[in-house]
Amino acid sequence: MRDSLPMKNTSATPLGAGAKRSTPSGSLQAWLPRLVLAPSVAISLFFVYGFMLWTFVLSLTSSRMLPSYDFVGFGQYSRLMANERWWVASTNLMIFGVLFVLICLVIGSLLAILLDQKIRQEGALRTIYLYPMALSFIVTGVVWKWLLNPQLGIQAMVQSWGFESFRFDWITDPDMAIYTLVIAAVWQASGFVMALFLAGLRGIDDSIVKAAQLDGASLPRIYWRVVMPCLRPVVFSAVMILAHIAIKSFDLVVALTGGGPGYATDLPATFMYAHAFTRAQIGLGSASAMLMLGGVLAILIPYLYSELRSRKHG
Amino acid sequence: MANVIRRQTPAARLGRGLLYGVLILAALFYILPLVVMLMTSVKPLSEISAGSLLSFPQNPTLAPWTKAWGEACTGMRCEGVGGYFWNSFAIVIPAVLISTTIGALNGYALTKWRFKGSELVFALMLFGCFIPFQVMLLPMAQTLGWLGISSSRAGLILVHVVFGIAFTTLFFRNFYVGIPNELVSAAKLDGAGFFRIFWRIILPISAPIIVVSVIWQFTQIWNDFLFGVAFSAHNTQPVTVALNNLVNTSTGVREYNVDMAAAMIAALPTLVVYVLAGKYFVRGLTAGSVKG
Repeated sequence: MRDSLPMKNTSATPLGAGAKRSTPSGSLQAWLPRLVLAPSVAISLFFVYGFMLWTFVLSLTSSRMLPSYDFVGFGQYSRLMANERWWVASTNLMIFGVLFVLICLVIGSLLAILLDQKIRQEGALRTIYLYPMALSFIVTGVVWKWLLNPQLGIQAMVQSWGFESFRFDWITDPDMAIYTLVIAAVWQASGFVMALFLAGLRGIDDSIVKAAQLDGASLPRIYWRVVMPCLRPVVFSAVMILAHIAIKSFDLVVALTGGGPGYATDLPATFMYAHAFTRAQIGLGSASAMLMLGGVLAILIPYLYSELRSRKHG
Repeated sequence: MANVIRRQTPAARLGRGLLYGVLILAALFYILPLVVMLMTSVKPLSEISAGSLLSFPQNPTLAPWTKAWGEACTGMRCEGVGGYFWNSFAIVIPAVLISTTIGALNGYALTKWRFKGSELVFALMLFGCFIPFQVMLLPMAQTLGWLGISSSRAGLILVHVVFGIAFTTLFFRNFYVGIPNELVSAAKLDGAGFFRIFWRIILPISAPIIVVSVIWQFTQIWNDFLFGVAFSAHNTQPVTVALNNLVNTSTGVREYNVDMAAAMIAALPTLVVYVLAGKYFVRGLTAGSVKG
């Protein structure tokens, strides 16, 4: 890594001084990598960092239908804090995010461990577990909306089997609708967590497990005490990725519940979209987007920190 | 196999049975929604209201599919999702090709032509993978307007390229880091330049990561809804937006079979990619997240 050919020291005066030893085309070669990267860096600076700043600026203005630059300080943020719908959305995100991440981790790691027991047809099972990840959240939402439909879906099916009192009408119940989002999102993403864990399990040296077996440890104990600790980086990555999916969840809400009943299943992402694009509240929408960014940064910074540290080690 | 089984104790056999039982139950949980979707999409409406979710279609018909493709109403228009299906391809193909090409060159420059600050450049771009897109929506809408490409396919392609290159650069960089530098330094000593080395040495061994990047980008962009709904007009909408409109259009009787057929149509391209190239699909998902 560190010691590829030491490149000619191009950092100082590439054209003038370098000309003594290298031809003009040689110094162009030295600059080419930077030239190739330049457009991407420019794009990233403008479209990512510039836009972040721009949205922040908008969040300090009283913009409604159109962006205006009439500054009102942090007024939009205090309006947001006083907005009941925002609190519903934030609470929903906590419920949805925590349940989604935890259930995906449990199901994903369990399936990976079970699949790792020299299973026949492992490939076929893996394919089945993972395929929902290839679907869009819109398709997932449309399918689960159909399954959860009380008149024609799962509830009706179980009732037709003779369990007349069976109730599964969460999607129309404002208190329970948020859990339907969890079900659909877990269905879509838990196979992915399984794949992450399975890759991690396959990367573990067999001899560690063998040694523990010789010591007479039982299989569950080996997994809990020996294997799982080795998978800590996998757990960490999975949590980061899932939390990130949860914060960005927008399509699933739109397709499955439309944020309803009422705004019972609003998430910050749908709140932001509704206010910025359909309710002519650009200032308020920008403020909510900035808070979402804050939430992502709070989980991202530890992640990047550990990534960079492990890169230095590896 | 046979003698292995014979050697097992009853308890072990019971455990094995339980193991398969749990795995098969899980498989049912994942596969049944797709089965229900497919069966519903070929049932006439009368069978849907009379039968239950899992009842097998008695008189299978493709009418819901043709209706979903060419006649169903998506909002104000009743032209089905067919046109939007092609819209999605018209957006996805250029966006995937451009973002993969840029990602490959970036990854190559970042690993084989390191310079002072190249790690910083990578970190700067990596960050773009994680930003919630809600932060970009409003400035993007205005920028597309200034460029004169708001609500156009070109605008959507630009958006997908801009936010895709962070991922493609990550893929290619992580792949090229694993390729021995000696290959490249020898060529450098022979006087080969940046593009020559890329073309002759790097590109020929890049097939696996190109597949990963193409599949990842294809799936991401095909499945996008947020940008599609924010930055398109009725004639440039991708199929995800059309599907959502179709399902939420309430004119007369709800035709669940048509809804499901439209959902199948919107899901088919990524499902086909997954079935044909699942291995690479998984690699894309796990790229950069599993570190030994």
